[in-house]
Amino acid sequence: MKVLVAVKRVVDYNVKVRAKSDQSGVDLANVKMAMNPFCEIAVEEAVRLKEAGKVEEIVAVSVGPDAAQEQLRTALALGADRAILVRHEGESEPLGVAKVLHKLVEREQADMVLLGKQAIDDDNNQTGQMLAALMNRPQGTFISELNIDGEQVSITREVDGGLQKIRFQLPAVITVDLRLNEPRYASLPNIMKARQKPLDAVDPAELGVDLEPRLAVLKVTDPPVRQAGIVVETVADLVDKLRNEAKVI
Amino acid sequence: MANLVIAEHDGAELKGATRAVLSAAAAIGGETDVLVAGSGCDDVVQAAAQLPGVRRLIVADAQHYDHCLAENVSALVVALAGDYSHILASASTDGKNFMPRVAVMLDVMQISDISAVIDAETFERPIYAGNCMATVKSSDATKVITVRASSFDGVAGEGRPERVDAPAVDGAGLSEWVEDILSESERPELSAADVVISGGRGMQNGDNFKLLEGIADKLGAAIGASRAAVDAGFVPNDMQVGQTGKVVAPQLYIAVGISGAIQHLAGMKDSKVIVAINKDADAPIFQVADYGLVADLFQVLPEFEQSL
Ligand SMILES: Cc1cc2nc3c(=O)[nH]c(=O)nc-3n(C[C@H](O)[C@H](O)[C@H](O)COP(=O)(O)OP(=O)(O)OC[C@H]3O[C@@H](n4cnc5c(N)ncnc54)[C@H](O)[C@@H]3O)c2cc1C
Ligand SMILES: Nc1ncnc2c1ncn2[C@@H]1O[C@H](COP(=O)(O)O)[C@@H](O)[C@H]1O
Repeated sequence: MKVLVAVKRVVDYNVKVRAKSDQSGVDLANVKMAMNPFCEIAVEEAVRLKEAGKVEEIVAVSVGPDAAQEQLRTALALGADRAILVRHEGESEPLGVAKVLHKLVEREQADMVLLGKQAIDDDNNQTGQMLAALMNRPQGTFISELNIDGEQVSITREVDGGLQKIRFQLPAVITVDLRLNEPRYASLPNIMKARQKPLDAVDPAELGVDLEPRLAVLKVTDPPVRQAGIVVETVADLVDKLRNEAKVI
Repeated sequence: MANLVIAEHDGAELKGATRAVLSAAAAIGGETDVLVAGSGCDDVVQAAAQLPGVRRLIVADAQHYDHCLAENVSALVVALAGDYSHILASASTDGKNFMPRVAVMLDVMQISDISAVIDAETFERPIYAGNCMATVKSSDATKVITVRASSFDGVAGEGRPERVDAPAVDGAGLSEWVEDILSESERPELSAADVVISGGRGMQNGDNFKLLEGIADKLGAAIGASRAAVDAGFVPNDMQVGQTGKVVAPQLYIAVGISGAIQHLAGMKDSKVIVAINKDADAPIFQVADYGLVADLFQVLPEFEQSL
């Protein structure tokens, strides 16, 4: 079985970003970039499936600028076999990315696509679901457990009320949640080896996909700041404030 | 111009989020229809038949809509889509699951998790874990929108929409529901509660969450948690508050043994009053707290419970 894994280059999750002062966007100057944490989990799961003998080949895909090669190299160091960069400067939207992935699924004849449930920059949570619909195939979203037995996929999903188990047949699209696994760190020898693995670049036009955004960002602002609060000394103080000042209990 | 709102329910109960989504639809303007998809969920239909400001209540009753399987529900919504300029659902795990399928089948970009309506084409949404707010304008023919329910006051009152049946749409037959493992609780739902008390890694284990239960009982509160508490197995996943968990905005949020990482703040910083209990005076949670108590939680929680 062949698996595609979609990895996005995003701002590192530890960075607290701010809006640019002219409100034209998010200030990303000199900000540390990294692989989207959910994508790391997706890569890890693919590698575990390969180690378990259920997957023959893992192809990592990213839609982004040349700098996204860095994240693809990370995926290769973690165990992906080859990588494809779909070159695109500027914002990518789930609709366009899903179309790109759909073309690559067809070209590569992939049986399964693993994605993060959400990219932590735009917090869209759409791409996997869109891809599944384009493929007219089942989706398993927000999963915390994955079992593959031949063509049969059984998953556990993290849902608002608790957990949901569903099953379906390959080909299928999976989006991963935080509890699926704990990603490994790339070892130095593997980082070296990853430099030799194939990394191809393609243009979206070659795939016949238009990545022009559909949503115009009119402005980006900082959220309202909360008034600084006070420190209370005792539980009695706290209860008194909540009762008589805030009037919430 | 008309809006289609997909009702949020679990087969037994119409969720309050539906009223929040209706209020987003009202801000957009035009007539609004509500769709209930499920099978034999009479209580939900009955409750939906009393929603205010709704023109038509569309009922799709078929077994393949049970458990809100995305492949089936999205096909139904697409079949109805021709009549609407805006299609809205709650940004719940169900809404997030089927709405992007609807969007791509209509070849439009979904507008995820909106926190405000500026006009019929322009919406505000949090990005980067709520560290920035983006105002986005959609040029797509149909606006497919998921709504952050905690950002909208639900519409109040009652109405009498006209009840109609949805056209029959076959199930996609792509996936099969196996089992739900739901967390049973007598407490109010996390996303709907007026008071939420959440525990973090500082709670040390699941047993110690009992210290929060006594307080929750007295305040009629729901109990939440940080990701660290869920990952460590103290409590189930559905209790996670944050960027990638549930977003809450209660009257009172009490964070106990939670450091206040941006991903956690993303899920609770719109609460009206925030209380933080943490033994580390430098914990970032104190920067958003209205009332901070720098103390060992094991010492102060029993006293807190007693004084309520
Ligand atoms: C992609 C991604 C998504 C994420 N999504 C979420 C999310 O949705 N929600 C979320 O919460 N996190 C999320 N996180 C994790 C987040 O970054 C933090 O790791 C997490 O919130 C930390 O949880 P915590 O505050 O309980 O633990 P810690 O940061 O370890 O803090 C524990 C706190 O307890 C205090 N403490 C310890 N003992 C006591 C005591 N006896 N008395 C009083 N105080 C005590 C300590 O001083 C400390 O401040 C996400 C992370 C990533 C990478
Ligand atoms: N530009 C991109 N390149 C590669 N994968 C992406 C890209 N954008 C989104 N994805 C994938 O889709 C997942 C969900 O992203 P989103 O729908 O944008 O929240 C991510 O975790 C990635 O796996």
